[in-house]
Amino acid sequence: MVSAWIGAILSGILLGLLYGLAAIGLNLIWGVMNVINLSHGAFIALGMFSSYFLAHYLHVSPFLGVVFVLGFGIVIGMITYLVSLHKIISAPELSTLLATYSVSLIIIGLGTFIFTTNPRAIDIHLGSVSVGETVLPMTKILTGLFSIVTTAWFYFFLYKTWSGKAIRSVSMNRDAAELMGINTTATLALAFGIGVGLAMTAGSLAATIFPFTILSGGGYELKSFVICVLGGLGSPIGALVGGLVLGLIENLVTLKIPTSYVPFLEFLILVFILIVKPTGLLARR
Amino acid sequence: MILKVDNVTKSFGGLVALKDVSFEVKKGQIMGIIGPNGAGKTTLFNAISGVFNIDNGKVIFKDEDITGLPPNKRARKGIARTHQIVRPLNELSVLENVMVGSCFGKLNANLGNSRDKALEVLEFVGLYDKREVLAGKLNVPEKKRLELARALASDPEIILLDEVLAGLNPAEVSSMLDVIMGIRDQGITILMIEHLMHAIMNVSDTVIALVYGQKIAEGSPEEVANNPEVVEAYLGDPELALTLLREKGRRSK
Amino acid sequence: MEKGKTLFWLIPGLIVLILLPPLTGSVTMRESVFLMLMYVSLAVSLNIILGYTGYVSFGHIVFYGIGGYIAFYLMKFYNVHLIPAMVAGGIGAAIAAYALGEAVLRLRGAFFAIATIGVNEAVKALVNNLDFIGGAEGLFFNFKIYKAYGGAAKAIWFSYYTMAGITLIAILVAYLIKKSKFGLGLMAIREDEDAALVLGVSTKHYKSLAYAISAFFPGMVGAVFFFKAGNIEPHDAFHLIKSIEMIFMVMLGGYGNVTGALTGALVYERLKGYLLVSPLFKDLHMAISGAILLLIVLFMPQGIVGFIRERSKRLREWLE
Ligand SMILES: Nc1ncnc2c1ncn2[C@@H]1O[C@H](COP(=O)(O)OP(=O)(O)O)[C@@H](O)[C@H]1O
Ligand SMILES: [Mg+2]
Repeated sequence: MVSAWIGAILSGILLGLLYGLAAIGLNLIWGVMNVINLSHGAFIALGMFSSYFLAHYLHVSPFLGVVFVLGFGIVIGMITYLVSLHKIISAPELSTLLATYSVSLIIIGLGTFIFTTNPRAIDIHLGSVSVGETVLPMTKILTGLFSIVTTAWFYFFLYKTWSGKAIRSVSMNRDAAELMGINTTATLALAFGIGVGLAMTAGSLAATIFPFTILSGGGYELKSFVICVLGGLGSPIGALVGGLVLGLIENLVTLKIPTSYVPFLEFLILVFILIVKPTGLLARR
Repeated sequence: MILKVDNVTKSFGGLVALKDVSFEVKKGQIMGIIGPNGAGKTTLFNAISGVFNIDNGKVIFKDEDITGLPPNKRARKGIARTHQIVRPLNELSVLENVMVGSCFGKLNANLGNSRDKALEVLEFVGLYDKREVLAGKLNVPEKKRLELARALASDPEIILLDEVLAGLNPAEVSSMLDVIMGIRDQGITILMIEHLMHAIMNVSDTVIALVYGQKIAEGSPEEVANNPEVVEAYLGDPELALTLLREKGRRSK
Repeated sequence: MEKGKTLFWLIPGLIVLILLPPLTGSVTMRESVFLMLMYVSLAVSLNIILGYTGYVSFGHIVFYGIGGYIAFYLMKFYNVHLIPAMVAGGIGAAIAAYALGEAVLRLRGAFFAIATIGVNEAVKALVNNLDFIGGAEGLFFNFKIYKAYGGAAKAIWFSYYTMAGITLIAILVAYLIKKSKFGLGLMAIREDEDAALVLGVSTKHYKSLAYAISAFFPGMVGAVFFFKAGNIEPHDAFHLIKSIEMIFMVMLGGYGNVTGALTGALVYERLKGYLLVSPLFKDLHMAISGAILLLIVLFMPQGIVGFIRERSKRLREWLE
């Protein structure tokens, strides 16, 4: 009995770290430019495929590939921003919601066309570690570790580098930042790029644990919404904590209630927090 | 007495924007409210129109305590206001904007009657020719008139004017003052916040001065202008202040 | 706010469209017009909360699903006739929206949008677990149910006319709202909710009511659709992408007016039909829809009808 709990907790922490990482990109974009990126899930799926092709054709280990995927994600994220979002960045929410959703349709549509929706998996065997009676696959452990490392890198970037500071000042007050000589277009593009890069990184890590299709990002996207409202907007640590909470909830409640109720519970939490937590979430314009 | 503000206090976090402010307004009067930027004048209007809850005190309108009422119910009772930073309903026509006032304010008219009322008010404030234009397309002085028209169309008993003269050129100021006098002549009570001293001194029956959220003076325009505390806190040299404030009124939008 | 002339051509035009399949006896045409009517009803009702009131109900399909399930349940287990079952579905959806609105309509902008997605997903996940309404597998009709309507073939025609009725009423209601004091209040909320409140609009009440009405018709549409399909399952009834399709239609035609939503729905049905059968595009229809949506959002946010209305003052009163 106790070992079941320990297993659930360990597994919940490791998964939670990954969820947290997956949510950071959404959180960043939401916080900085007040855009809810509905292509988040599609980019996560794109990260899974990037990692898959790196492993499959170039024989790059997914855990080395992370760096490439991150860089690749930043570049296509920036392009996506400039093409599909910049023109309407100050328009009402509906425009940005629909623009990012169309990006998602394009990615998933092309992805379905090119890769079909047959599940794929990355062929990687790194053994496993036993903690008491719990067997944890090495990939899961590495995923958790890489999530921490990536988050730490992002934290460093956001708070210690010039670009990161630019992003933060743009998120606080776009006009003032512009007056201070910050190129807001470039900064917003970079922020979106990093958001997408982090989403793809999370995807590339997730692909080492679970089989996936081009549609697999959707679940992470919805979880990321929950995490963002759990952890609050604007801080990478909040997202990580939100991720941990969600990972633990998922793994712990399934000891007591059927797994099929978990999504219901998650969305209930989402709606509940949105309604109840008034500070910062309500009446933001 | 139509309106009584009784010991109203409102703070935002640590900042006390209004502190124990009390005064009474007589029916049919024009009361001017002066005070430097950030003194809490707009906050006072928000408290009277119900935009937020106040921390302490009461707002009494025609002997009824309306402190807890939401803004729409206060509007229905006959309190109308304009906004310092204009809030036109951009994608609606000027006429429709004004009809919102006559449909939902004190008048509470049906569409047909509110349309007649709106046209009448548009004529009165001089926006009749623009009635089909989208409100977002107006220039700033026109938007100020629209604010006023919307408030007037509701057939209010008291109207709160928040810096309707700011940003207007002298010709526009004097035509707006004509409009304001016209409103008074209809028997509507007016509370007006203004920086333009000569304007407020000319039209007001009484004036109150706010500084740092506190009422420091109340009385006839002359009394307030000569009140040593007001002079010190706010006006300094009255002549100099007049010129400065005129300048400022012209510059600020 | 003149009376306008839109309905003078809109209603006769629709009636002609509705009569085409029975007059020609073409079943393919009936299927296509059925879909058109369904899209029109959905788009026109979504427009009430989205276009008039300015609240982005991203998960609006939840009301279609709720209405569908209520009606299906009544028809399957209590042998209720389609019409009362459908009305019950519509009312159920409207009540759900009203109650939900009390909570979520306090949220603004993107937060409201996300909350509605959350609600849709929560309801879907819940229905997946409710065995009395079939869980994840959903419910199926026993084909005997269609006997009451004179057999399956007649039942399909019956659902066709029912859908036509819903569409006409939805258009009428949406139009009358647009032309009413209520509609003026909604549009004031859309433009500036705080200003509307200060002007006397009881924003809370108006929003909830608008939300309920905009849920009522989708609830009935769901009832008819699943009656015709003969089965209902959560994945189908609460499919988020259908929500997006509704928004797409409203955007395509131009939001805030009835003709816009209607045009968007008709164009969308044709476009989708074309993309789905065209050998060149059928595998890419999703990506192409995405690209078109993006182009509209970026370059023609006012939609087809909005675009025309902006340019021709004379046509404006015909296109409301
Ligand atoms: N909604 C608000 N939230 C926080 N602070 C506010 C708010 N409204 C006003 N304040 C603060 O209260 C003080 C008084 O503001 P205001 O009433 O607008 O001044 P005035 O109209 O006299 O220039 C200012 O310091 C202002 O920053
Ligand atoms: Mg002010």
